[in-house]
Order: sequence, then structure tokens, then C-alpha cells
Amino acid sequence: MIVSIASGKGGTGKTTFAVSLALSLGEAQFLDCDVEEPNASIFLKPAIEKRRPVSVPEPWVDVSKCNHCGECAKICAYHAIAVFGKSVLIFHELCHGCGGCWLICPEKAIKEGKREVGVIEEGKAGFIHFIQGTLRVGEHMATPVIKAVKSMIQKDMDVIIDAPPGTSCPMIESVKGSDFVCLVTEPTPFGLNDLKLAIEVVRKLRIPHGVIINCDGIGDNGVKDYCEKENIPLLLSIPWDRQIAEAYSRGIPAVAVFPDLKVRLRSLFQEITGLIHNRKAVVCT
Amino acid sequence: MKQLTIISGKGGTGKTTLTAAFAHLATNLVIADCDVDAADLHLILTPTMIKEELFYGGRAPSIDSERCTQCGLCEETCRFGAIRAFQVDPISCEGCGVCAYICPEKAITMHPKLSGYWFISETREGPMVHARLDIAQANSGKLVSMVRQQAKELAERERMDLILIDGPPGIGCPVIASISGADLVLAVTEPTLSGIHDLKRILEVANHFNIPSLVCINKFNINLENTIRIEEYCEENEIELVGHIPFDPSVTKAMISSLSVVEFPCGRVTDEVKEIWRKVEDRCS
Repeated sequence: MIVSIASGKGGTGKTTFAVSLALSLGEAQFLDCDVEEPNASIFLKPAIEKRRPVSVPEPWVDVSKCNHCGECAKICAYHAIAVFGKSVLIFHELCHGCGGCWLICPEKAIKEGKREVGVIEEGKAGFIHFIQGTLRVGEHMATPVIKAVKSMIQKDMDVIIDAPPGTSCPMIESVKGSDFVCLVTEPTPFGLNDLKLAIEVVRKLRIPHGVIINCDGIGDNGVKDYCEKENIPLLLSIPWDRQIAEAYSRGIPAVAVFPDLKVRLRSLFQEITGLIHNRKAVVCT
Repeated sequence: MKQLTIISGKGGTGKTTLTAAFAHLATNLVIADCDVDAADLHLILTPTMIKEELFYGGRAPSIDSERCTQCGLCEETCRFGAIRAFQVDPISCEGCGVCAYICPEKAITMHPKLSGYWFISETREGPMVHARLDIAQANSGKLVSMVRQQAKELAERERMDLILIDGPPGIGCPVIASISGADLVLAVTEPTLSGIHDLKRILEVANHFNIPSLVCINKFNINLENTIRIEEYCEENEIELVGHIPFDPSVTKAMISSLSVVEFPCGRVTDEVKEIWRKVEDRCS
């Protein structure tokens, strides 16, 4: 079973929850898909065993064959290649690696090259098979690194995915293909607003989902009222607790502070399994 | 005219809270919300919309099933796995147009794709440019650039001194689009190991694009040891630390009242944020 932890709003406790859930399960695979700012390793402290670069395809131009016809620039939807007089300019940060330019080049002057945009690391943390991706600083596109992390999914194991914040490409790429998405939010107007956006995304992707309220008690009842009205399962409320916040600041998972939480999270995982089977959680539009 | 972007790397550190307060303290400014996939600033500034425009961020293919001979060449050539069983998966499609180029039957055509909306609004603090990415759409970086461009045109037209930009979390394309060409960034962090890890990466990004940075620590009293670490890091790297904001539950109460922390009594937080603005404004002029 693949369970993603996402949120819309950042800083609501995705990583805290994802790490604690994984630590409650026994053997599981943990994928840190927040490749722009991966933090789960701070809490899981895995021993990294393997490391490999992530590359994206990009054009390599053989200037001796190029006759500057400009066909490559014409097909490129991203304006990543331009021909000025007798020179060809490539704007690496705009290239999506679609292959249009090397397919179209009448002189066969462009071939498929590659460029490193990040790294994937793999290791063990106790019973957890840990994988994380890290986007290289200055790179624009997180999705190729996320795809590379997700290519490591082992179907025979329970998989926990720590997704990035937001509701656009990196979040969608991370949660796509999951059996269930846990949306972690905080009980505030910002938390509610971004939760609604995240719910719209998972509905569009047709993934069963439920809500986890973190820092319960700090704000208002907006999130609870919304979940009730929309018939979205409220899976868990974690009260605000200074001890959890302080442990978090030191890289200590919540289940290490409150070991009883493990039992609760194990049964939560069972509930999720049930929700997937009878698809009660699906509120598709 | 100067452009100041509030960033953080890690989500939920207080970017929007601080932006809303600065919007109140600054004069003669345009406000730009560049967190287009989880925008929250409007919840505090309660804008009145005066202009709404559609945003076409890219193109999408459509397949004419009468012309299609199901040869499968499009599926084979697509680098994004966006064509399956002669159907386009709009979520995976990146709009490159290679399928339309390769189709021997000319059965595929590309058409502009609506991917969001942008707005110009009036707020009690001044004009605001903001946007909404449509559900499960890509191109958030392009929409951010549109918001930046509109804010700049507006600021020039109205002879404003400052564009105050609320940035998204992370380090990828919407963040780069939010800071490129800015005069100054303020990175908001928190004294947690995750906060420090993410701060270092976002400062590297700002440095990569040659943009001067300031740092402020939010909820500094959650972990004083980590606060000292951040102070030391800033000193070593010659980055000005402009303030320490204490943890205070009244910050959430201000949010619930749709007021910034300088309009709602938040004790020491209010005073400290005013002091931070004084320093930031100094650096902006």
C-alpha cells in the first residue's frame, strides 16, 4: 500500500507525521519526495548506502553540422533553444527534455545529451528502507528528481511518501499513484484555505484521502466544520504540545516523545486500509 | 523602485504573516502574492478585486480520433508518459507538442491551455497583484512571472517605491521566479534542525542568483541553542540577522481576525516586527 502525506500549506507537520507513521509500522519503505527541502533524514538518521545522480535529457549541438535553420527553436515550446545568426543558445533552466529539437533537426546536428539536476540516496534506518531525492541548488524543476525517487517503489512493501507543500507539479508528481493521501493541516484560516486547494487536487486525481489536524487547539474550528460538511474523514487530531515542538526542533520524532502514539498510528494505518477497501473516503467530483 | 521578496525554504515559518505586517508598515507600495499554488495573503489583506485575467501558461494536445490510426508513435515518442491508449493524460502532459509534430496522420493539434487566473485588487494597504493556479495545473513559475510583471508595471505606472513579494516555500521554479531580479530577499526561518537545513539551501539559491539576503528568526525561543546556531551561521557568512520574533499564540488569533500582527495586539511580536521592518526598510532604500 502506498500512502502519501501531503498538505497544501507548508510547515503543518507532514514530515513529523510521515516519520512517526513509518516508525510505527515495522518494515516499510520511506520516500522523501520533498526534493527541494528534504528533511526526513534529520529525524530518521538513515545510514546512506547508495547514492546516484539524477539526470535529465537535454540537447547537445554539434556546431559543425548545424546550418542555423532555426527549426529547433521553432518546435521548442519552452523557448529553451534559440538561434542567433550563426550561434545556437541553449537555456538549460527552461529545457524540459522533450526531445523535440533533436527529432526535428534536419541536419542531425542535435543529439540527446544529459545534465545532472539532483541526487538520489538510499539507505536503512532500522526497519525502514529510506530513499530521498535532493534537487541541486539553482535548478528549477523538481519533478524529474521526484520521478526518480518514485521509480524506487517496491510494490511488496508498505510505502510512505513525504510530499512537498503546495498544490502544483511537485506535489502532484509525489502523490500520483498513491492508494491514499493523508492531508496534514493546522486549524487556522491559512491551514483551511490550503487544505481546500489540496483536497481539490486529490479529488481530481481520484485518490481516497483523509485529514489530520496538527497543533489542534491553536486556532479555530474551521477545518473540523469543513471536513464534516464535505464528508471527509478526520483521521487524527494531534494537540499542540510544547514537548513535541521542542523535540521536533532537535530532530526527534513525535513517537519518541510519546511512544503510545505508535499504537494509535498503527491502528490508523489499519483504518486507512479499510477506507481504501470500501472507498468510503472517496469524494470524487 | 525596489523589490523585496520574503522567502524561507521551509514552509510555515511565517512568510505571509510577516509580509502582511510589512504591507501595513510600508507606504507607497504594490503587494505581490507569488505563492500562487497555496496563496494565503488575501486572507489577511481581504482584497477587493478590480481586474481579473485568464492565464494561459502553455499548450495541450487534442487527438482527433477519426484521423488517428492508432499507430502508437505519439505514445512511443512522448517523454512524459502522457499518452496512453491514444488518450492524453492532462496531468502528465508538459505541453511540448512533440506528439503533434510526430503524428503521421496530423491527428493531433495543440491548443492554448487555461492554467490559472491573475488579479489586481485594492487592499487597505495598497494595490495587490495575486493569482490562482487552476487545480492540478503546472506552470506555477510562469504564473509567478506574470504576477511579478504586472506588479512591476503597476508600480511604475503609479510611481510606487516598493514591490513587496510574498514568496512560496521550496527552492524550485516558482521560488526562482519570485526572487529573480529582486533587490533584496528576507529569509524567515525557525530554530529547528529542519528550519536551519532549509535556510542554508534557500540562502545558497539567493547567492546563486546574486541577490543580497537578510535573515530573521521566528519563534526563536522554541529552541535557544538552535537560535545561536543560526546567529553563528549568519555571522560566518556575513548575512545580516534583522530580528528575533518570539513564539506567541496571539499570532494565530490575529490571523483568525484577518489582521496583521501589527494591527492586532501581539505583545512583543508586534514591537519586534516593527523593529525588523525598520531595518529592512533601511536596506531597501
